[in-house]
Amino acid sequence: MNARLKQFLQRWGVFAALVVAWELATRAAASPFFPTPKTILGTIRDRWLSGPASQLLLSDEVFDDVLPSILRTLGGWALASVVGVALGVALGRSRVAMDYVGPLLAFARAIPPPTLVPVFLVLFKIGTPMQLATIIFGTLWPVVLNSVDGARAVDSVKVETARAFRLPRHQWLLGVVLPSALPKIFAGLRVSLSLALILMVISELVGATNGIGYQLLYAQRQFELPAMWAGIVLLGVLGYLFNTLLLAGERRALAWQPAGRG
Amino acid sequence: MRRTVRGLVGLVGFLAVGEVVGRSGIAPPGYLPPSSVVLTRLVELLADRAFVLDLIATVLAWAIALGIAVAVAVPAGLLLGTVPALRHGAKAVVEFLRPIPSVALIPLAIMVFGIGPDTKISLAVYAAVWPILFNTIYAMDEVDPKLVDTARSFGLGRWPVLARVSLPSAAPFVATGIRLSAAVALIVVVSVEFLAGASGGLGRFILESGSGSGRMDLVFAGTVVAGLVGYLVNAGLEWAQRRLFAWSAAVGEAS
Amino acid sequence: MPTMLDVTGLGHRYHSKDGEHVAVDGLTFTVNAGELVCIVGPSGCGKSTLLRSISGLIRPTEGQVRLHGDVVDGVPSDLAVVFQDYSRSLFPWLSVQRNVEFPLKKALGRAERAERARQALEQVGLAGAAGKYPWQLSGGMQQRVAIARALAYRPALLLMDEPFASVDAQTRFELEDLLLRVRREHDTTILLVTHDIDESVYLGDRVVVLSKSPARVVRTLDVDLPAQRDQITTRESEAFVALRSEVARLLHDRPAESDAAGTDSANSSAGASTNGHRVAAKPATAKQSSARATDQASEQASEQDADQAADRGPAKDADRGTDQGADEAATPVKAEAAAAPKAKPHRNGQGGNRNGAKNRNKSGGRGRARR
Repeated sequence: MNARLKQFLQRWGVFAALVVAWELATRAAASPFFPTPKTILGTIRDRWLSGPASQLLLSDEVFDDVLPSILRTLGGWALASVVGVALGVALGRSRVAMDYVGPLLAFARAIPPPTLVPVFLVLFKIGTPMQLATIIFGTLWPVVLNSVDGARAVDSVKVETARAFRLPRHQWLLGVVLPSALPKIFAGLRVSLSLALILMVISELVGATNGIGYQLLYAQRQFELPAMWAGIVLLGVLGYLFNTLLLAGERRALAWQPAGRG
Repeated sequence: MRRTVRGLVGLVGFLAVGEVVGRSGIAPPGYLPPSSVVLTRLVELLADRAFVLDLIATVLAWAIALGIAVAVAVPAGLLLGTVPALRHGAKAVVEFLRPIPSVALIPLAIMVFGIGPDTKISLAVYAAVWPILFNTIYAMDEVDPKLVDTARSFGLGRWPVLARVSLPSAAPFVATGIRLSAAVALIVVVSVEFLAGASGGLGRFILESGSGSGRMDLVFAGTVVAGLVGYLVNAGLEWAQRRLFAWSAAVGEAS
Repeated sequence: MPTMLDVTGLGHRYHSKDGEHVAVDGLTFTVNAGELVCIVGPSGCGKSTLLRSISGLIRPTEGQVRLHGDVVDGVPSDLAVVFQDYSRSLFPWLSVQRNVEFPLKKALGRAERAERARQALEQVGLAGAAGKYPWQLSGGMQQRVAIARALAYRPALLLMDEPFASVDAQTRFELEDLLLRVRREHDTTILLVTHDIDESVYLGDRVVVLSKSPARVVRTLDVDLPAQRDQITTRESEAFVALRSEVARLLHDRPAESDAAGTDSANSSAGASTNGHRVAAKPATAKQSSARATDQASEQASEQDADQAADRGPAKDADRGTDQGADEAATPVKAEAAAAPKAKPHRNGQGGNRNGAKNRNKSGGRGRARR
């Protein structure tokens, strides 16, 4: 516990020192592009944390822009995860099926997701469906390919054990294949969650009337640099939170692992 | 052999589905062009000088970005991986910088760097540094202490151990990091071109074909080219990795 | 006694890029109900292929396997297998209790499942470990869990594929005795595959000796030792020593009186009278005879000519650790362990604890990767 406390202090101490250094540097430079952290924090407070107590101090802008962005990110990611894991586990247990679609999957993953944004734009018009489509298309492939990898690599002795005990199909899939594949699946989920955040921003930069990305673009056009920086910081915080939550979930789900990774 | 045939069958099947969907009228005309049209455009584009220049611009920006990322991240990772004190110190910084999505910096980068190639290269470097850095640090951590002890029992000093034991055993992980970064860098380069319309490239071509003239056939053709580039880059790096590190079980392990 | 398992003319050949490979060739033997039969053969002779054919995991290319009269085609419903590699056959994401319950899910309700698992765990002396995960247990304890899982399944035939090859010598003795005890309590029919000569004689009612690859039955020996066996007294009894030497000679295709220098072995007695087995000793055969067998042979000078051991000496030593290297590494030197007074079987708890400590170290080493 003491060691952990020390580590905690060390980490945040370094972080605080860096913020101070940043403050001093930006003050010295006085560049309009690089406002001081103090200014940025002030902007954050004014924009998002100035609401009434009934809204937990959150301003309307949080509900109009931040929350929709978060819901799009998580919604798209969750849909892609469910579909991706199911598809990946099924494909991973069939060598023949993978022979047919493997190259297509590898190709699909190699496509930079924003390139299909114009297509989604004409198909779904500006709005949430188009953003969800972009996020799902971009995040699906890492989940599928990692699930395939995981499902494929079920240990041969476990395969034979399951066969020797004549496990019924659902018990085999849910009780043996899925847990075996879980560590790989989580690796895929982590990659796709950070991709989901990126794609949320991209889709909002292109086709949205609200959201963090839209606000970012708006701030750029208005040359409101503190607002832009506030958006960047907010996205960083969100990315950090998402990743931390997923890691906590992963740790719980993989608690049985003697040597957890990451 | 059979796998190749099956892969081709899968591809043809996919194209056939695309053809049927394109001709079925599910989507308004021109929105989802049939596969045959896309493939025709693709062939035409590859003979089109302007498009090839765009392609070269993208690939060049990607290669430069990846080179810079490797040059920055590998030494940094080695340093952080071997000096625990530095790593603890840097951890907080890294953990708060990494989650910032590179695209969030696009508006800022355009303001600071303008819309020249600098913007896309610097953003791609930013995005590509992380996978290499993390894999390198992780690899240095994973060096089998028994190997190090063995080397030291033969009288090797600190630096020879680093050069002859730690580096070779870390190399496959680093290579995996580079492969992941290559994919990320390409996504960022194309995204920035697309979002900022900056200095040519595949991304801008797709942007102009899409929003300017509504030519979805060109968008799809450009997407296929972008996908092919990504696929070939990945396949090439995988091949190199297999050849260089045939001895390692870590090869092919990636996420 | 009714026949439980009837293997006739079993053969398995598969194609690889080096051409056709015969793993098992024309095997015929039976196992009666309630019997414990050991199959012993040199490393890599195709024992595992044989066992997988019997269990229906793979389909033999020739011959037939019958389990209580029914031709085996696919895994039979009343058969359980204990694999050598306990760390891979247990499901790491399930607790010990759930591992044992796992195969019972399709047939039994929750309460009955739990009760059966509890009983089985108690029988193998792991009642206290039900809530633990496999990696928290020592290797020997993990293999006990695998045995408990097989017992709880109540199979008509229990197949064991080198079940004790991956544990240390002390634990192996404990597990052997555990198996004998459990088998008496359950009256289970067991077919156990091993490469360890002593183990096959110690455990078996009968021993089926296989040749080198492709596996053929060299001979089947009845083990007429008292049913109640003891790691020390049984192993030092003359009957045991004689049987084990016989198995060793059969196994290594070496007649008792000849030397290993490749002289014609037609004049030999015991080992050469093998039914239909190749008699001419290739030069490789001399290599095959394990260094361990030599050690044992020289110890038991009463059984064998002293000059014979001396004769074999130099040629043998040169070959040490070549062909049989892997075999030796997997099997701690038995003679030594058996001679030491410490080898008295421990009560479960004690031995288990010691191993537990060792294992914890090991997993601690792996745990380093965790951050």
